[in-house]
Amino acid sequence: MRSSYSYFDHDADIGIIGCGETAEAAFVAAAEAMFAIMTDITTVSDVIRIQVGFEESDLELALVTWLNNLLTEARMEGLIFSRFALQRNETNWRGEARGEPWRAEMERGVEVKGATLTMLSVKQVEAGWEARCVVDV
Amino acid sequence: MDMSRLSKIDDYCWSVPSVPGEQRSPVRLYGSEPLLASMDDKVLEQITNVAKLPGLVGAAMTMPDAHWGYGFPIGGVAAFDPEQGGIISAGGVGFDISCGIRCLRTNLTLTDITPQLESLADALFYTIPAGVGEEGQLKFAPAQIDEVLMGGAEWAVRQGYGVPEDLEYIEERGRVTGAVPENVSDHAKKRQRGEMGTLGSGNHYLEVQVVEHIYDQQAAQVFGLSEGQIVVSIHCGSRGLGHQIGTEYLVTLAKAASRLGITLPDRELACAPIQSPEGQEYIGAMNAAINCALANRQILAHLTREVFDRIIPNTTLETLFDVSHNTCKVERHKVDGKTRLLYVHRKGATRAFGPNHPALPERYRAIGQPVIIGGSMGTGSYVLAGTAESENQAYSSASHGAGRAMSRHQALRHWRGRQLIDELAERGILIRTRSMRGAAEEAPGAYKDVDLVAEATEKAGLARRVAFLRPKACVKG
Repeated sequence: MRSSYSYFDHDADIGIIGCGETAEAAFVAAAEAMFAIMTDITTVSDVIRIQVGFEESDLELALVTWLNNLLTEARMEGLIFSRFALQRNETNWRGEARGEPWRAEMERGVEVKGATLTMLSVKQVEAGWEARCVVDV
Repeated sequence: MDMSRLSKIDDYCWSVPSVPGEQRSPVRLYGSEPLLASMDDKVLEQITNVAKLPGLVGAAMTMPDAHWGYGFPIGGVAAFDPEQGGIISAGGVGFDISCGIRCLRTNLTLTDITPQLESLADALFYTIPAGVGEEGQLKFAPAQIDEVLMGGAEWAVRQGYGVPEDLEYIEERGRVTGAVPENVSDHAKKRQRGEMGTLGSGNHYLEVQVVEHIYDQQAAQVFGLSEGQIVVSIHCGSRGLGHQIGTEYLVTLAKAASRLGITLPDRELACAPIQSPEGQEYIGAMNAAINCALANRQILAHLTREVFDRIIPNTTLETLFDVSHNTCKVERHKVDGKTRLLYVHRKGATRAFGPNHPALPERYRAIGQPVIIGGSMGTGSYVLAGTAESENQAYSSASHGAGRAMSRHQALRHWRGRQLIDELAERGILIRTRSMRGAAEEAPGAYKDVDLVAEATEKAGLARRVAFLRPKACVKG
């Protein structure tokens, strides 16, 4: 299964879907979906790299924690990310994001303030894994 | 919404009959039949889930602008008694803690500003940081953030943002007690460092509006409003700090609920008893975020005054009122003849105290609290006044906005930002935004008819209409 992302409807906000061969790949695709709401991520360079790490045994809560950790890092440092990697060793998650500081000429989408537990699911599908939740904008 | 599941109490109030074996408190939905019929079934599902939470007093309610939210519906109101195991829920407050509207009345008329409207819109746009990736000019060290979290708008006035008279017309006089900055994480504080004095994105806005119609002359006079007058409304909240708190405590409260054996019908309804350590910890952090939002709107009001003074010297902008619509407040309400201390959650609902409430400023006491229903950028907003009737039936609560009728994704399929902005300009409404996507998502057609929402709010007895405000210029995030 090729990694990909898409969106689903929510009355007030936006639902994101990440798909991949593994749960980790689906989480990476979900991160791309989330940051693509904020700008055209194909135009973002990868001059800065940050790392995130957390402990979580619940797969669904891990998705929300991963996404919220990325948002927190981005907002704290005024960054926008476009490339992601994630590895899991049982309950220990280690990931990284690459991107750059916001530039005035970047396309402005809509600010994502957080990933929520609404419509949250991480499941195995026929060809791999699918991770979804609603993000608050 | 499937109307066959509702039972009509009157034309603007509906209940949901229990099904056999269902353990829950009553549910009450306010609104006209067309408004309710147009709502997603998720609204009904979510408010019915809220009615299953422990310690709920009376009914779980939705306002006429309700729509599908996170656990709690947006437009949801629920009051809990701490003495009866009542809970506090982060989802019942919302992520953007204390999001609300500051309304400022000016001494200008539409005739006064028309020649300078373009310059005014541009100056507001370049002065007020708005939208994704934008930071404010003010940068705070963590210790200073703690002062903001303790002091709210009162702190902002002490720093020279605004005037002491503003505080009289802000809920809680600009500062809630019970804030505990130590309960707010370093991440949340760091996230807020560059976000004080910023508008944000999504449905947040700063709007220059004209009073187009007065419904209640007496109340309008007391509120200082007259036809043709220019007012400014600022809609925003506690920015990244509030959201970080909401996000972090959602997990804390979910784990507390599990530890304490509270069965959650929906994970997003994560909650803990008010009297539990986790509940108290969240309440301290939430109050800190309320102060953050009050300070943020106070700074934005100050920046707005500076812009007006530059473009149209000698303009006065007085605070009409500042009211939040994502909160949990401790209030006294009469239930079955007894006054009880309740924790009233209002998620996308405005507090609407009726006449003679002791919390109201002297000027408004005979009329009732100003209530602001913020509409979409192409339609309009309403100023209303709280009613005694609402105190009795809805814990003094009313609608907060038009409420979305269409998802953002659907809106993107219907509209293009540039085209929408051009069309609104032809109608005399200037939009300033850095995000064409954001403009399309916020298209007026993606919202419910604000006129119907305001009418239903009045006819349900939640608040009475005082004035209609038509947008003239809007800075969107």
